[in-house]
Amino acid sequence: MQTLRRKDMLGLEEVSAEEINLILETSRSMREIMQRKIKKVPTLRGRSVLNLFYEPSTRTKASFELAQKYMSSDSVSVTGSSSSLVKGETLKDTVRNVEIMGIECVIMRHPASGSSHYLAHNVEASVINAGDGMHEHPTQGLLDMFTIWEKKGRLENLKVTIVGDIRHSRVARSNLWGLQKMGAEVVVSGPPTLMPPDLDAFGVKYYHDLEEAAEGADVVMALRLQKERQESGLFPSMREYAELYGVTPQKITRAREDLLIMHPGPMNRGIEISSELADGPHSVVLEQAASGVAVRMALLYLLLGGTKEQ
Amino acid sequence: MKQLIIKGGRVIDPACNYDRAADVLLKDSLVEKIEPGLEAPADAVIIEAEGLIVTPGLIDIHVHLRDPGQEYKEDIHSGTRAAAAGGFTALAAMANTDPVGDDPAMIGYIRKKAAGAAARVYPLGALTKGLAGKEMAELGRMKFAGAAGFSDDGKPVMNGMLMRNALHYASGIGAVVIAHEEDLHLAAGGMMHEGTVSSILGLRGIPSVAEEAMISRDLMILKITGGRLHIAHVSTAGSVDLLRRAKAEGLNVTAEVTPHHLLLTDRLVKNSGYNTSTKVNPPLRTEHDRQALWKGLLDGTIDAIASDHAPHHTDDKDVEYDFAPCGIAGLETTLPLMLDELASGRIKGFTLPLLLEKLSSAPARILDLPGGSLKQGSPADVTVIDPERQFIIEPDKWYSKSRNTPFAGKRVKGAPVFTVVGGEITMKEGVVTERTAQG
Repeated sequence: MQTLRRKDMLGLEEVSAEEINLILETSRSMREIMQRKIKKVPTLRGRSVLNLFYEPSTRTKASFELAQKYMSSDSVSVTGSSSSLVKGETLKDTVRNVEIMGIECVIMRHPASGSSHYLAHNVEASVINAGDGMHEHPTQGLLDMFTIWEKKGRLENLKVTIVGDIRHSRVARSNLWGLQKMGAEVVVSGPPTLMPPDLDAFGVKYYHDLEEAAEGADVVMALRLQKERQESGLFPSMREYAELYGVTPQKITRAREDLLIMHPGPMNRGIEISSELADGPHSVVLEQAASGVAVRMALLYLLLGGTKEQ
Repeated sequence: MKQLIIKGGRVIDPACNYDRAADVLLKDSLVEKIEPGLEAPADAVIIEAEGLIVTPGLIDIHVHLRDPGQEYKEDIHSGTRAAAAGGFTALAAMANTDPVGDDPAMIGYIRKKAAGAAARVYPLGALTKGLAGKEMAELGRMKFAGAAGFSDDGKPVMNGMLMRNALHYASGIGAVVIAHEEDLHLAAGGMMHEGTVSSILGLRGIPSVAEEAMISRDLMILKITGGRLHIAHVSTAGSVDLLRRAKAEGLNVTAEVTPHHLLLTDRLVKNSGYNTSTKVNPPLRTEHDRQALWKGLLDGTIDAIASDHAPHHTDDKDVEYDFAPCGIAGLETTLPLMLDELASGRIKGFTLPLLLEKLSSAPARILDLPGGSLKQGSPADVTVIDPERQFIIEPDKWYSKSRNTPFAGKRVKGAPVFTVVGGEITMKEGVVTERTAQG
């Protein structure tokens, strides 16, 4: 049985297309387990996982915890408010102390870019990045790809339009790397002030005009807009943003008929995405959440190197 | 009457265009004579320098000694010993201490504590009270107390009117103003150079324009105020262009560059996996910038090399990238790194006399310091270099209290083997020795 030949999952930039394929294939088996009446396999029985969340999270945290339960691993969750961070303990000390208790895998969300690299460097446990600052959120990228792959049967030669705050988005970065590795074409749209300083670094095309960006798109993905970006002067107002860059049916008329509408959540309805689309027939927003559990089960399995027998 | 003779080395004194095999006699803490085949006086200490380079004591005009206030990172004792180990005989200490070096008593404290230290310490005073950028500090009284120049280094002077007044006022007392050029609004909490790598790493960027806009402003101010402006740690190609033009126009401006900006780029932040030893301000820039810095150094646009020795405790650096303080410790690596680059032959037109000028006569000229030359009657400060000596940079063996360097583990060719201050040996074969003099 194949496993991932790596200790950590820190970002999709450093993962190969073969590895992504393996994760997607494995996720499909995991998806099948989730559809059973008794959603539990003993695969990771006796294995210990730490969920360490230095930032608030509902979806990702619930998704990881459920994935762990369905795989029968033992897990503890530590969140920002209860963590020793507030007591002045360093990240390294915190994790080393828990690691010595027998933790083999750490799932971490952290506000600082690169913090998962730092952690991976300092512990023997596998580290899964659940979002580090503005850097990457690889499991989100994987679950987005899995959702598309399940719906379309492929990723190759699909056109994916990502709209919004690419600059500060770890979700966007993971998707940009992952989707392109799998042969999809990715274009981005949004205000210039919300684009990374060097978009060429990712090899994607930028369109100021959303209608143009969505031309022939198989997938349109809206990103969450943080209120603080407006406060720091990157665009004038939420209503202007909604008018220019909010994903609405009117702006994506040139997309393909079998278009998928995606959003990593949580959504600001009426700002970056209209409810009409979020709840409409093209939306796969809820499927994304379900995919999340399957992908995380697959990743835990592949990193902790469990056996295939269930 | 103490005498020391350095025999048989290649003596390079860039200040006098002197480059030949000769013996150097030091007497009563001054340079007495340089001649080939000098007879060693009977009571003289002898340094055999066959195959070695003998040069004016090197001067580092940009050092953070952290004393007072952060002695756990560095203090005057450890910092001056690190300087001696690195081949420096003198250094200028920045004022961003705690309390800030913004009044005569602080200048006096540093001078007193540094008396008899392993390297001469020239304190720099703060340009504004408390480095707050609001009111001019007492430049005149600090100068009388021994301040060698004035700088808010670590912070820019964001208020243009204050910068104008400070430069203008300093011109009246003949003092140099050293500027840390960074528009804080443009830099906006950046962690590294803004560009391709920062885009990929998701780290907030410090754009080149943050430095260039401020240099532009200050050069224009200098035009109307007169006086002396020195630009600390130039890091971008655009800055080099601005300075080149300003010098062509005859503006009284000088500039320095650090070894890390000459040798490293922002790629290292990624390739090292967010290693915090790469976090420094101004940030490591691109290859294009690095090449421009070399060009500026070679054509004289950039006058000097300075370490910007910014020591930090390992505890401070061993954290997430966002939370680590900026700074690279450089006193014990600057000379070896530059000698190594010279030995590699990678930089066309880079010569040993040029390197030594950037580390001795140029820094002395910038701050109007007594050393930087071996002409008769100069202070008996000498650095002896073995250009062939190879070693690995091992921060654990430093005299500095700090360990923060991105060069750890690098094998380098070229090292100081003797440092002499006031005619007394302060470092011999890498081992720092105590001085007996109090001056």
